[in-house]
Amino acid sequence: MTRPLPQDPIIRQLVLQAKRAQLSRRHLLQGAGIGATAMALAACAPSGSSAPKPADDISDSDKTLTWSNWPAYIDEDDDGNYPTLMRFTEQTGIEVEYKVDIDDNNTYYGTIKDQLALGQATGADTFCLTEWMVARLIRFGYVQDLDAANIPNKANLAPALLNPDFDPGRTKSLPWQNGFAGIAWDTEAVPGGLESVDDLWKPELKGKVTVLSEMRDTMGLLLLGQGVDISGSEWGMDEYSAAIEVLEENVTSGQILGIKGNEYLEDFASGNAVAGIVWSGDITAANLEAGFEKFKFALPSAGGTLWGDTFVVPMGSPRKKNAETLMNYYYEPEVAAEVAAWVNYITPVVGAQEVAAELYPEIAEDQLIFPNEETLSNAHIFRSLSSEDDQAFNAEFQRVKLGA
Amino acid sequence: MAFAAFGSAPAGTSGVEQAPRRRSRVALILLAPGLAYLALFFLTPLVSLVLTSFQAPVEFGDVGQYQPAFKIENYAVVVEAYWPHFLRAFGYALAATFFALIISYPLAYFIGVKARRWPLLQALMLTLVIAPFFISFLLRTLAWKSLMSDDTPLVIALKALSILPPDGHLTGTAFSVIFGLTYNFIPFMTLPIYTTLERLDTRYLEAGSDLYAGPATTFWRVTLPLSLPGIVSGTLLTFIPAAGDYINASASFLGSAQTSMVGNAIEANFLGLLNYPAASALSVILMGLILIIVGVYVKRSGTEDLL
Repeated sequence: MTRPLPQDPIIRQLVLQAKRAQLSRRHLLQGAGIGATAMALAACAPSGSSAPKPADDISDSDKTLTWSNWPAYIDEDDDGNYPTLMRFTEQTGIEVEYKVDIDDNNTYYGTIKDQLALGQATGADTFCLTEWMVARLIRFGYVQDLDAANIPNKANLAPALLNPDFDPGRTKSLPWQNGFAGIAWDTEAVPGGLESVDDLWKPELKGKVTVLSEMRDTMGLLLLGQGVDISGSEWGMDEYSAAIEVLEENVTSGQILGIKGNEYLEDFASGNAVAGIVWSGDITAANLEAGFEKFKFALPSAGGTLWGDTFVVPMGSPRKKNAETLMNYYYEPEVAAEVAAWVNYITPVVGAQEVAAELYPEIAEDQLIFPNEETLSNAHIFRSLSSEDDQAFNAEFQRVKLGA
Repeated sequence: MAFAAFGSAPAGTSGVEQAPRRRSRVALILLAPGLAYLALFFLTPLVSLVLTSFQAPVEFGDVGQYQPAFKIENYAVVVEAYWPHFLRAFGYALAATFFALIISYPLAYFIGVKARRWPLLQALMLTLVIAPFFISFLLRTLAWKSLMSDDTPLVIALKALSILPPDGHLTGTAFSVIFGLTYNFIPFMTLPIYTTLERLDTRYLEAGSDLYAGPATTFWRVTLPLSLPGIVSGTLLTFIPAAGDYINASASFLGSAQTSMVGNAIEANFLGLLNYPAASALSVILMGLILIIVGVYVKRSGTEDLL
């Protein structure tokens, strides 16, 4: 039934990951039961021991939609319009307010979690968060079931992305983009380029290096640099602490300018930073802004991380059907290819590469957008963390971020 | 606690006033909305904050799940982990208050006393002091970040003059954080001082010189004491928010890991770690310390009736 696909290698990777992650899944589910009540208490929620219920859908009468997303994550023209979104509005009559207000998974979650717990509107009808965070939202029962009948193009989803451990069959979530975290540098300031994460600690880069506030990406790269297989389960606090030590040393010495969310792009643009751990597609956006190939991205020799950001509809959103219509639209291969050509992330939509080969030949072979097996063998998925590890790892990371 | 600390001043008035009952009922009705407001938006969150600060994690719970408890160790843990952030917060706030005062006083003096003859100039200058408020606080701070970035003329000039070492930065340093705090709070310092100086009777100054006091002595013995209420409220309006500020010191704006203040620690615990008890305990300690500092300061400067 499924034909051989261009994205085959990613798919294989993700299947392997899904198998590995099964171990931690039961553990996580265990916590969720106790979770619901405690969460309500923590938030001082009035009588909120029952899980939130989906809001009544008013999509048929209210043709609007609010979509929160990360910066540089959708095609944008010189006037700051979003061409694919404008066409969506033309086709469906649904007015979309596109908000670029996600800069960090934790911060965004921290901002809306009380509304989520109460099942109230969060200010966005749909948003795209990273899979580990989406796993948490699903575990807590904060997001609505998606109606597959409204998303016929879901058939275009790369098959291996269909059954992640946190949402088998993708009944509550749908991938937006996947991408790499790796290293990048300013080709004018660092003409020699960089090969490994260790190269970031060269003395001439002192105070000019940024790393991501996304713990799994920054620590993933550092762990890989120390020879740890971050997808496997054979490592724990000892290996993590060794990597944290490297991070802390470089933060304390001032080698690292900052541990930042998407705002590191400003530092690259202003020249405050000339190298760092970054997300693959951002560098394309930065180059567009600079007007030439100013920055270069690479997966470090020891490997980079592969992550995915995923659509969900919070319980409080009364416009789920509009959101589903939007998802369906972005799962058209033509639209997906157009977005991919701009954001330069890995599209989850099957058929986009064929479209790209015709319409955007310059990206069809781009390893950052349509990676081949060789590229993917160098990209790793951070293993699912048990709640306990998640908290311990995060606490260490935040400690370094805050300094002493 | 807040009420107890400053409750002594109004106590004196109750003996003088023996209002009839009916009037006190009217007063009570008039006060009711204010009291209800305070109870709802000040007292409730405060109590909730204190309760949260004692919470303990749910056993085998997920991220961000806590249950009511009386875990007083939370306080010891955060003090141990974040005492440098407290020191930095109060150090930076003190420095910023000092610099804001040094800059604002002459400014307020000029607007309030010297410019009296030209009301138009006075109005214009006051507008200029307030004008920054028309632009978002975050945007202004970001603008300073770009102005102090590494490749800007300012930094290049400072490096050429050897004021800054070749590998030095302006952003992410204690300097840039204190600069940002000072800049952002100057209007809060200028306006109260201006309002007291604006009422200054210049005949006092003439009297001072008639009594053979030089300009310096006149300033020290006449102008300064008369403007003290303005200085006290200006310093309070600057110091209190500056000590709790987390924007200027955050790595996204003018700071770095080396400059993070207690506000950043609260933010990281609340939003990053979802460790609400730790964030609450830090807030309670910060509030307590500020209350003590302000209480002592107000007593010392003899301006209790300001409060």
